[in-house]
Amino acid sequence: MSEALKEIAEIANLKLSQEITSTEILNGELILHARRDAICKVLTFLRDDANCLFKVLVDVCGADYPNREERFDVVYNLLSMTHNLRVRVKVTTDEDTAVPSVTSIFSTANWFERETWDLFGIYFDDHPDLRRIMTDYGFEGHPLRKDFPLTGYVELRYDDEQKRVVYEPVKLTQDFRSFDFLSPWEGLQGVLPGDEKTEKEA
Amino acid sequence: MSENQIKNYNLNFGPQHPAAHGVLRLVLELDGEIVDRADPHIGLLHRGTEKLLEHKIYSQGTPYFDRLDYVAPQNQEHAFCLAIEKLTGMEVPKRAQYIRVLFAEIGRIQNHLLNVCSYAMDVGAMTPFLWGFEEREILYEFCERACGARMHMNYFRPGGVAQDIPAGLTDDVRAWAERFPDVVKDIETLLTDNRIFRQRTVDIGIITYEEAQDWGFSGPNIRGCGVPWDLRKSQPYDSYDEFDFDIPVGTRVNDCYARYYLRVLEMYETCKIILQACDKLDACVGDPVKCTDNKYTPPKRAAMKTSMEALIHHFKLFTEGFKVPAGETYCAVEAPKGEFAVYLVSDGTNKPYRCHIRAPGFAHLQAMDFLSKGHMLADITANIGSLDIVFGEIDR
Repeated sequence: MSEALKEIAEIANLKLSQEITSTEILNGELILHARRDAICKVLTFLRDDANCLFKVLVDVCGADYPNREERFDVVYNLLSMTHNLRVRVKVTTDEDTAVPSVTSIFSTANWFERETWDLFGIYFDDHPDLRRIMTDYGFEGHPLRKDFPLTGYVELRYDDEQKRVVYEPVKLTQDFRSFDFLSPWEGLQGVLPGDEKTEKEA
Repeated sequence: MSENQIKNYNLNFGPQHPAAHGVLRLVLELDGEIVDRADPHIGLLHRGTEKLLEHKIYSQGTPYFDRLDYVAPQNQEHAFCLAIEKLTGMEVPKRAQYIRVLFAEIGRIQNHLLNVCSYAMDVGAMTPFLWGFEEREILYEFCERACGARMHMNYFRPGGVAQDIPAGLTDDVRAWAERFPDVVKDIETLLTDNRIFRQRTVDIGIITYEEAQDWGFSGPNIRGCGVPWDLRKSQPYDSYDEFDFDIPVGTRVNDCYARYYLRVLEMYETCKIILQACDKLDACVGDPVKCTDNKYTPPKRAAMKTSMEALIHHFKLFTEGFKVPAGETYCAVEAPKGEFAVYLVSDGTNKPYRCHIRAPGFAHLQAMDFLSKGHMLADITANIGSLDIVFGEIDR
C-alpha cells in the first residue's frame, strides 16, 4: 500500500512540481499540499492520469486553525477504485480569499463545498449555487469556526402571541462549563517557607 | 383554439411527507407531472455533531455516532473507534473484532430490512413492512442482551467493545440467522417478481458507473452498476478478511430495482457472515474483549475494588479521558448505506481537534436532481427510497 502511495507522490511531484508545495505520508495515508489557485489542475490530474485514476471525490471538508496566518484548511479526500488507493489534497485559505470550486471536475463537490461555506465561511469561486445548507434559513455566522461558541448566539422558541417561531439571544440558566483537565496542578512555585534555612546551613 | 401556456409550478415535497424518510424538504419544479428540477433542502435535523465532538473527550464521542444513522447505529461507532485506534496504535483483541463484525452485520440487516420494507411501502406494498419489523425487533433484543440498549448501543469503544457478550447469545443469534433467509424469501415473494413493484422501480432513476463515481456514490448504490466495490473486501478492517462472503453486484442497469434487489441479496450474504462470526466467537470464549492497555480502556469493575492502580486508571479515564497523539487520519467503513468515514484531526489533547463525518447519504441525496430529472412526480418516492436516505447522518 505505502509503496504505491510513494509512487503516486513521486508522480505528483514530477508532473505537478509547480502546483504542489509538499507531500507527506502520515499514518500510511498520502497527503498532498497544493497551491490554492492550482487546486483544479491538481484534482483534474489526479482524476485523469492513468497511474492515479482518483475518480471519486469522497469528501471535502474544512478545518480551522486560528493561530495560523491562513487559518483554514480545505481538505479533499479522493479515492481510486481502480487502484484501491486513497489520497488527501489540502489547500489553505483565510476568511477573505476564495478557493476555486471543483464542482466542474466532480459534481459531488457541490454540496460538500456548500457545507464548507456554511460551517466555516470559506468562499468558493465559480460555485454554481453557494447557499447555506446545514444551518437555518437566514442563519448568521459560521458554526464550526473555533471562535464560534458551542452554545451559539441565538435560540429559537415558539411565540404564542405572534403565532410563529422567534429567535432570541441565548439565555443559559447555568453558565457554560468547560473543565480543563489538562492543566497541570499549579503547586507553590519557588521555595517553601522555612526551606531557606536548610540552604544556608549546607 | 391555441393551447394554453402552462407555467411550471413549484411543489414542496415534505418535510412532513412520510415517503421523504425523515425531514427532507424537497422543492420540486414541475412541468405538468414531469419533474424539471429537484432541490433538496436539508439541515432540518442539524444538531452540530461535529462541533459537539470538539468539546467532548473521545470516549464521550461514541454515543453521538449512534444518533447519526439511527437505523444502523453500530456501524457509525465502528468508524470512529477505528480512527481513534489508528491514531493511538491500540491493539484490538481478536474476540473484540469478531464481536464488532457480528454487530456491524446485525446493523446491516437492520438497515436493509428497514430500507427494503419501507421502500415497498413507498411504492404501495404494506405487508413486507410488518414482516420486516418483526425481525428487526428480534435484532434489537440481541443488541439489548449484549449491552443493555436496544437502539443506541454505545457498545463499540476505542480499543474493543464495552463488555463481553452474555453466554448463550451466539446460540440464539445462530438459530435466528439460520431461519432468517426464509423470511427474506417470504418478503421476496411479495416484491421481486411482483408486477406492480417492477412497474414502479425498473428503469427508474438509472445511473451509470461513471456518473455514480462523479456523484460520489458508494455502497449498494454503486454496486448496482456491476462493480464489486466493497470496503469490507477491498480495504478490510477488523477481521473481515477472515470471513468468507460474496459481494452481490447489479447485472443490467443501476436502477431502483437493482438497488432494491442488491440489498435483498446482501441480507443473505450477511447471514453467512453472522454464522461465521458466531462460530469464531464460540472458539474464543473468555478472551479479552478490549485493549489490555489501561491507559486507554477502563479496568474491570472487580479490579477496582482491590487495586489502587485500577481505581486511578478508572478515575482518570472518566474525567480527563485518554490523550490521542497529534496527527490526522481518514477512516472509512462499509456502512449499510455506503462509505461512512471519519476524518479525525488530533492535536495531542484529550478532545478531537476536528472530526469531520462523511455520510454516504449526503452524497447520494445530492444526486436526487440528477436522478429525478424528466421522471414523473410519483417516481420521486421511488428514487428517494432506493437511495436509502436517513436524515440523522445527512444533517449531522
